[in-house]
Amino acid sequence: MTPTMYRVVERREELDDTVTLALAPVEHRLADPVPGQFNMLWAFGVGEAPISVAGSDDGSITHTIRRVGAVTTALCARGVGDLVGLRGPFGTPWDVSSAHGRDVLVIAGGLGIAPVRPIVTDVLANRDRFGAVALLFGARSPDQLLYAGEIAEWRSRFDLDVEVTVDTADRSWRGDVGTVTKLIDRVRVDPGRTTAFVCGPEVMMRFAAMAVVDRGVDSKRVRLSLERNMHCAIGHCGHCQLGPLFVCEDGPVVTWRELEPLMAVRAR
Amino acid sequence: MKSIPDLLDEHPFFADLDAATRELIAGCGINVHVGSDEMILTANEAADRFYVVRRGKVAVEIDSPHGSIVLETLGAGDILGVSWMLPPYRWTFDARAIDDTSAISIDAACLRAKCDDDPALGYELFKRFAGLVHNRLQATRLQLLDVYGSDAG
Repeated sequence: MTPTMYRVVERREELDDTVTLALAPVEHRLADPVPGQFNMLWAFGVGEAPISVAGSDDGSITHTIRRVGAVTTALCARGVGDLVGLRGPFGTPWDVSSAHGRDVLVIAGGLGIAPVRPIVTDVLANRDRFGAVALLFGARSPDQLLYAGEIAEWRSRFDLDVEVTVDTADRSWRGDVGTVTKLIDRVRVDPGRTTAFVCGPEVMMRFAAMAVVDRGVDSKRVRLSLERNMHCAIGHCGHCQLGPLFVCEDGPVVTWRELEPLMAVRAR
Repeated sequence: MKSIPDLLDEHPFFADLDAATRELIAGCGINVHVGSDEMILTANEAADRFYVVRRGKVAVEIDSPHGSIVLETLGAGDILGVSWMLPPYRWTFDARAIDDTSAISIDAACLRAKCDDDPALGYELFKRFAGLVHNRLQATRLQLLDVYGSDAG
């Protein structure tokens, strides 16, 4: 439960309210995270927040953080050389290898592009193990497109179908406008041999999962990453409980087959 | 060169219609090509047609004091225009081609007359357009929710 010290080795302002920190261990290092997992990041004197892993490389870990509260504001203010405490990695992985030999459909909305980024890098590093691969990315507006440079690189590849849409735009935007779910019919994947990975705001994920299943993808092949109020991250405190699931341990990645009945339960 | 019934057969909105019905609809249609940045529809003008988009990209827009806002983009496989179905038959929004766009323009008065003569055709078409309007309403509701505005990540 004690945080391990990491130092900020790179800091990148992604958007007005979003920062990417690359962290390297000071002495001891945590186990390497698997795509889909999250760490608890500690801003000393303020508190701790669960943040998805956006990348990792030989001990260094990348997290993309949006300023939404006291802890994330403090984390976003960290500069190169500053210390951050880490616990983790926690939670269930995307299990990208389960899609070997299959088509891959990745759907991300808003900051949800950060947790799926390791899926795309894994697929591209092992491209011959997958069939057709498509990434659908939706954001609020063109100025809210995270990782725009990296997505432009992905779009230039011939072995990856990348579609981007925004909810609202002015005339200067030449791309698509509309919900990310509208893009699903456009992609060239075989639903019967497709594994879908979905991450974003919960409402978006629900509609995306339904649209993917309507297209013919098996609901147990549709994996979603849940956001919940994780505190202990080891299944003790119950803050992140969703029906029978402790999202910190049983998630964050779960299948739509597991999740659909839980999503149907209304909050009181 | 493909005939309009053949082109309708390739379009998902009409693909599963029987050949005779496609011929009937095709009788009201002409092929059109619109260059990038050309206006296709203008708000408040007569909604005397709709478009079966075959290629390209179209922005559905609304004029505002801050300039035009793009509400939605449409592309191959989409239908542009539903205001032709109901009085007062006026466009609610503008539509502008973002890329060079090819479509079949269907004459609304012609098709409405055929629907009046053949209620089965009218019912079939209105079911399809009701589905289209439903899907766009759902999409609009999602956009109104502004789901990306509050995600903590």
